[in-house]
Amino acid sequence: MMDHGPAIAAGVVAGTIARWLMLCIDYRNYPGFPHGYVTHMSLGFIAAFLGAVAVPALVEGEFTAVTFLALAAQQFREVRAQVRESLELIDAHELIKRGPNYVDGIARAFEARNYLVMMVSLLTSSLWDLIGPPAGLAGTALGFLVARGFMRGKRVGDIANIREGRLRFDGPNLYVDHIYIMNVGLPEMREAVLKYGLGVLIEPIHEDARDTLNNPGQRQAIVHDAARYLGARKDIATPEFTPLIRKDVETGTLGMVITPMERDVNQLLAAIKRVPVLETAKGTSMHTRIGRRAAD
Amino acid sequence: MDVRSVQSIAAIITNQRDAVSGGAPIFFVQDDEERQRVAFLIGRLLDGMVHDLGNGIFIVVKY
Repeated sequence: MMDHGPAIAAGVVAGTIARWLMLCIDYRNYPGFPHGYVTHMSLGFIAAFLGAVAVPALVEGEFTAVTFLALAAQQFREVRAQVRESLELIDAHELIKRGPNYVDGIARAFEARNYLVMMVSLLTSSLWDLIGPPAGLAGTALGFLVARGFMRGKRVGDIANIREGRLRFDGPNLYVDHIYIMNVGLPEMREAVLKYGLGVLIEPIHEDARDTLNNPGQRQAIVHDAARYLGARKDIATPEFTPLIRKDVETGTLGMVITPMERDVNQLLAAIKRVPVLETAKGTSMHTRIGRRAAD
Repeated sequence: MDVRSVQSIAAIITNQRDAVSGGAPIFFVQDDEERQRVAFLIGRLLDGMVHDLGNGIFIVVKY
């Protein structure tokens, strides 16, 4: 019987490190608390262990070991449900909500990360076991690269040109450049919006981007992240300070108004560029024949 | 961005008795200044947004 100890150990270590790296590069500010890290590192360790033992078990003829992978899949689906449930509860008491689409995207990402961990540990332990330690380390590197590729989804900055827009009032009506945003009845609130507010124009660069940005869930993700980075001036019972995005129906360009605590337009533009494109919002009309022909 | 539909007009504040009637509470005021003060208070109390219809009528809308 072969000694599989080193291969399994290497797989577990590689997978756990992969989970830790994926926590570090998380731009979604979740989980932003120590207990959340402990939970996800522990699950990452379990995922790494399951991935690491799979191939050594097969080498020993223990074919039933594969059923453990199914058990793991079940476990990680529960991770998704648990993340979603906790974020939904938190969201109910946010002044500027993430919105269900964003919550769903984060929950999916947390489930998927455990599968990526399993892939890293599986690659590491199987190559180490079947070929040798150097191959195992190469497998780790390959796994990290693949995981990183998956984690780097598109950002709003990749699909749109984002620039400052001019806030102006026409009577009680607020506009960003030419895009109507809302009606603000009280003169002092109009002054406050002009004093503290910033306007942004988000111009989609192609038809798919236009469809993506048209999704209310995607727009909510943009205002949530912008308010998160720059701080929200909005308080309970001040709906005038709610950041809003409205569309120019002619072109699909979005106009956004936000009244942040830090009135720094360059950082606001940078924050919007970093907002992830939500999987559930992604426009795909240009992947269809009808959509392409219609756009001609 | 708030994507919920408009739920209701919580209050109407105006100094034009002939221009309004109906189901929402209507607050009659003397002048512009009082209209703004009352609209501000009702907006804060009900977490509603004050809108100016441009014809001397303010409405407070609960979103």
